[in-house]
Amino acid sequence: MDYQISLKVNSTDYQQQVPARRLLVDFLRYDLGLTGTKEGCSVGVCGACAVLLDGEMVASCITLAVAADGAEITTIEGIAEGGRLHPVQQAFIDHGGFQCGICTPGQVIAAKALLDVNPTPTEDEIRQWMMGNLCRCTGYYGILESVINAARTLQEQAR
Amino acid sequence: MIDFEYHSPVSLEETFDLLDRHGEDARVMAGGTALVLQMKHRFSRPGHVISLRRVTGLDSITLDGGGIGAAAGYEQNGAPGSVRVGALCTQRRIETDPIIAETLPLVAETFSRVATPRIRNMGTIGGGLVHGDPNQDPPPALIALGASVTMSSSKGERVLPVEELFIDYYETDVQPGEVLTSVSIPPAPPGSGSCYIKFLPRTADDYATVSVAALVEPSEDNMCRSIRIVLGSVGVTPVRAVDAESMLQGQELTDSNIRACAGAVREAVDPLEDFRGSPEYKTDMAEVFTRRAIERALANVG
Repeated sequence: MDYQISLKVNSTDYQQQVPARRLLVDFLRYDLGLTGTKEGCSVGVCGACAVLLDGEMVASCITLAVAADGAEITTIEGIAEGGRLHPVQQAFIDHGGFQCGICTPGQVIAAKALLDVNPTPTEDEIRQWMMGNLCRCTGYYGILESVINAARTLQEQAR
Repeated sequence: MIDFEYHSPVSLEETFDLLDRHGEDARVMAGGTALVLQMKHRFSRPGHVISLRRVTGLDSITLDGGGIGAAAGYEQNGAPGSVRVGALCTQRRIETDPIIAETLPLVAETFSRVATPRIRNMGTIGGGLVHGDPNQDPPPALIALGASVTMSSSKGERVLPVEELFIDYYETDVQPGEVLTSVSIPPAPPGSGSCYIKFLPRTADDYATVSVAALVEPSEDNMCRSIRIVLGSVGVTPVRAVDAESMLQGQELTDSNIRACAGAVREAVDPLEDFRGSPEYKTDMAEVFTRRAIERALANVG
């Protein structure tokens, strides 16, 4: 059955008809054309499909689009501001935070979600938080460096 | 995924009405982490999904028992000092809640070990319990603490110990028309120590190969006043090792008595063969990690 949903994605309002079985990741990619969010494992394990739902990081591959009715979603396309990359994105470029790139949107969203609630994480806290985002190029040290440096940049900007 | 009708009631009454109307063709959804996966894999093919996300009053964490409520004559479901956790509280919320951190450190520790932060933002305490997966982290800790759940339906409410909730592999005592609405968790006895050990030889976000929740109450002369040992991932349900507990209950907490107790856990477990190991291996690990859990619980006293 189809349902009408209203939600905000990256500050834009959308009203769409979706079948109950439409997954949020498919809604974003196929209905809205926002293909930055990737689907990896399809079972909530790998983190490639991570988006922010009302500010909380969730797995869009196991979230029903109808369950996001009324929510505010932020995807990788929505975190740069005014044509400037978000400090987390810039840090991933500057510190080799990605290789093939398929996991990168999820890694960046996860790092942003962490720094939104904990602006000064310890290295251990970063490892614990980011352990849910898999990188099959295994570039984990670059990702760790990127998050550490993004936190530093955000702290300097806040001063 | 096979298509279905989606319902998003705003009250429990409306939820019960939908459940009564659609019967076995309906499934209740909380965070959806388990149900959506089961539906994707077609293990579950409900014609109706009833989401609880708009139902109000199911996401609070409050201190139960005694106090103003009792004086005013309200029914007290939980033991005094218990913490009542709404079924829709996410695992992340429970991990980070200040009341839980102060009164139930074992619960905070256990929920911090569930899956990943992303899944903990979605999965709920109530949804996880009724999922009935014997590999989950919260049930052993909740059983060790003697927690109970409140099941609600159009016929009223009933309270059930978490220990009696699990019947078989993915099978629980939830009756048609019922919704798990809250969990009441009593604090550990004063002077006791507890811990939850999750043996993870593969990856940090995996289900446990074997897990153990231990709660030990030593006396001043090193006797074991009370003990609870509950294991996960060692059978078709969470397993409380009652016979092993009785090996130590009332006995001196010596190394040899602790080892005898841990050894008795072998008889309580009946692990399934899977890619995390053979039943023999998991039985060995159940003994090893029970011993470590008792030792660590004792080190946590105070």
